[in-house]
Amino acid sequence: MNFIDNPTKLRGFEKNIKIEKVSRRSILKGLGITGGFVLAAPVMSRQAFAYETGAGKMPHGVVVDPRVFVAVAPDGTVTILAHRSEMGTGVRTSLPLIVAEEMEADWSRVKVQQAHGDEVKFGNQDTDGSRSTRHYLIPMRQIGASARTMLEQAAAKRWRVPATEVKAVNHEVVHGASGRKLGFGELAADAAKESVPSIEGLKLKDPKDFRYLGKGQVGIVDLHDITTGKAHYGADVRLPGMKYAVIARPPVTGGKLVSFDPDAALKVPGVEKVMKVQGWPWPSKFQPLGGVAVIARNTGAAIKGRDALKLTWDDGANGKYDSVAYRKELEEASRKPGLVVRAEGDADAALKTADKVVVGEYYLPHLAHASMEPPVAVADVKGDKAEIWAPVQSPGGTREDVAKTLGIPEGNVTVNVTLLGGGFGRKSKCDFALEAALLSKELGAPVKVQWTREDDVHHDFLHTVSVERIEAGLDKSGKVIAWRHRSVAPTIASTFAAGAKHAAPFELGMGLVDMPFEIANISCENPEAAAFTRIGWFRSVSNIPRAFAVQSMVGEIAAATGRDQKETLLALIGSPRIVKPAVKDMWNYGEPQDSYPIDTARLRKVVELVAEKGEWGRQVPKGHGLGIAVHRSFVSYIATIVEVAVDDKGKLTVPRVDTAIDCGTYVNPERIASQIEGAAIMGLSLAKYGEISFKDGKVQQKNFDDFQVVRIDESPVVTNVYIVPPGPDTPPSGVGEPGVPPFAPALMNAIFAATGKRIRSLPLGKQLEA
Amino acid sequence: MIKVKINGQEQSWDGDPDLPLLWFLRDEAGLTGTKFGCGQALCGSCTVIVDKQAVRSCITSINDVAGREVTTIEGLHPNGDHPVQKAWRQVNVPQCGFCQAGQIMQAAALLMDNPKPSHDQIREAMSGNICRCGCYQRIENAIHLASTGV
Repeated sequence: MNFIDNPTKLRGFEKNIKIEKVSRRSILKGLGITGGFVLAAPVMSRQAFAYETGAGKMPHGVVVDPRVFVAVAPDGTVTILAHRSEMGTGVRTSLPLIVAEEMEADWSRVKVQQAHGDEVKFGNQDTDGSRSTRHYLIPMRQIGASARTMLEQAAAKRWRVPATEVKAVNHEVVHGASGRKLGFGELAADAAKESVPSIEGLKLKDPKDFRYLGKGQVGIVDLHDITTGKAHYGADVRLPGMKYAVIARPPVTGGKLVSFDPDAALKVPGVEKVMKVQGWPWPSKFQPLGGVAVIARNTGAAIKGRDALKLTWDDGANGKYDSVAYRKELEEASRKPGLVVRAEGDADAALKTADKVVVGEYYLPHLAHASMEPPVAVADVKGDKAEIWAPVQSPGGTREDVAKTLGIPEGNVTVNVTLLGGGFGRKSKCDFALEAALLSKELGAPVKVQWTREDDVHHDFLHTVSVERIEAGLDKSGKVIAWRHRSVAPTIASTFAAGAKHAAPFELGMGLVDMPFEIANISCENPEAAAFTRIGWFRSVSNIPRAFAVQSMVGEIAAATGRDQKETLLALIGSPRIVKPAVKDMWNYGEPQDSYPIDTARLRKVVELVAEKGEWGRQVPKGHGLGIAVHRSFVSYIATIVEVAVDDKGKLTVPRVDTAIDCGTYVNPERIASQIEGAAIMGLSLAKYGEISFKDGKVQQKNFDDFQVVRIDESPVVTNVYIVPPGPDTPPSGVGEPGVPPFAPALMNAIFAATGKRIRSLPLGKQLEA
Repeated sequence: MIKVKINGQEQSWDGDPDLPLLWFLRDEAGLTGTKFGCGQALCGSCTVIVDKQAVRSCITSINDVAGREVTTIEGLHPNGDHPVQKAWRQVNVPQCGFCQAGQIMQAAALLMDNPKPSHDQIREAMSGNICRCGCYQRIENAIHLASTGV
């Protein structure tokens, strides 16, 4: 049994895990009901949709109210609120752009304002899970259509004509018959008095009339500020009287401070104070690790002071964590039967009678997020009120956690969301904001807590470490008749509940139990794995190891049967159909199966598209090889072809990458391309270098010299992106994360084609040089 | 008292002479366009130009730049229209944008030194600047564009 029955959301885990300790209020909150607060906002209903999404099941669901999201000033300026966090995906542009499209606003007269953390007001704000466009395309269109309708109604009243005779066109409302026009600004005051139309009665624009959606002509709203240094990130917040803090944290997760000597630190010029930071016993969700903070007049002094501290720690129970030994444990576990999480046919029997069994055991180590902006937050706590400025992916969750940590009402906490200098899942955890809140409370002054890169690498919520073992049984013709996949990895649930040793349904659903191949006998198993550090979400999460194993195995089967990789892949995918795995808690990324089935026609399509555009089968020079991989994640379909070149010293370059994505209906193809280009770099980084390892419970890496990421001189020379045009009413699906999983297996399949060497253990490191 | 000219303005500092220029810029002078990414000259986020040379401000002390001229992203062009900045916008380079000031300063320094860099020269000169979002293809395209006229 799993600890977590149905975690459709990325936070609020503790509510699912220890349900008996949950107050009635938080259960009500989980259901989206809050006592004593009557929200004027209409709640979305199924009738208004061409398709249903899981948006309503997220904490606080969806709010569709133009008065919350849109303001029109008398000068015609339209202000649209962005309630999701911008970490580089372009969401701060895309969601307001949807509103502007539908309300017929002129984008050049739109200002985007960042919403603070308030989920009762704005609906769910967790910017993760590649959900923003998927969950908000329709609600944002409805908000825009409501605002447009209110402007049209106001104009019709002014002119005393039926509302059906007027139409909003590019920031004006026009009366066709008389040729009269009124600008949005002129109508603003009257429109505000109109009642908000019912969602059911709203007329959405015909997509053929779209000016912005699907076009990709609009640059991100922060483009000018980013190129001139004016863009405001978490680290850029400055308040009068603000102190700068850098913290020494326990080197081993769950460790405790025994003693400290502040004298040398206090002698550093600019250092003002040394103080303890409260820590929580492990596992503690997103609560701070504790330690000792050095307070100074600038960050440089605080870092120097922190380095001068003399500290004694008790490492605690995780002090024995050793990655070499742990790998052996995972490997051994993968060779024995484990908890069966999907069973179809009889894989054991079929493997016994198979003509040939191809076995692949794949190892993928921990990864650090290493966003370019290390965690940082500013807090100003005065009495029972707190104001936070932070680059968080979870503004609403941060507000809840700050309130809980300080013991003050949530309504007394304001969370201002800055731009995020990268997130990748790290900034879904608000521990750094909690540290700032605790320090500010104690100091009685605004405080900025800055993590150094070493802090970031040492104290991350790491991507899990895993062994994936696949056995594929082939009959005489080379057809795969049996498939056993054992996935062993510490679970994210362990960060929430002590002793969690099995993957949660949302982890199983990322490439293990949703495996789409047409095979008669399937067994997916999840042996136990204990956690000894903080495990968290990393861009695309468990899809990284699963896609790596499954798609590498496709290459291994192709090699074992002497067939083409792409043909082997298509044969395994099989006929165009809807796959319904025999799984009890099928996660499906929190989406209903009706709207978002596992559709092998779409999976085949991206393989065929990338093969055509990426010229699969083309002649490549000696030492080069082509590899292909496909993966469905975040309910999108993505296939990648990598061309690799390996020289006689084993040095690797990537001349070309081609990726095809089917993400359903889309908003901004230009940003989709940028996400996929970036995913290739992240995929290459984790394949070549990505490894966080432990010895004596401590992370062995510290900075970009030993936790390397790909630089421009080793990046693919060309990355081409092809977007599958959506069918009518194809629901939108994820973009931010799905590009990552297929890259590494495509690369390893390419390396095999180039060299005949099969890489089963990441990172690649020097394996080709041997 | 250390005196340094930053974006054409004289600034002075009488604190710790070993203070990294980065923290003087960000915390003391309020010029937050220059970013902290690693503190060890490994990522290039903190790149500024000192007397026409790209410098990592995280390992350069304020004392090292005494009497010299420092240009940060805020001072690269009065309206933000340096050819590199314009090219960056035309190519839609940034994703999260955090490393971009450092990238732009490095690219501007490269073009001062070599107005028409080749593919390999761009890749070599920019290899000290990490972009975790992976905007490299666009960075290279933008530098080509800036070098051929925006």
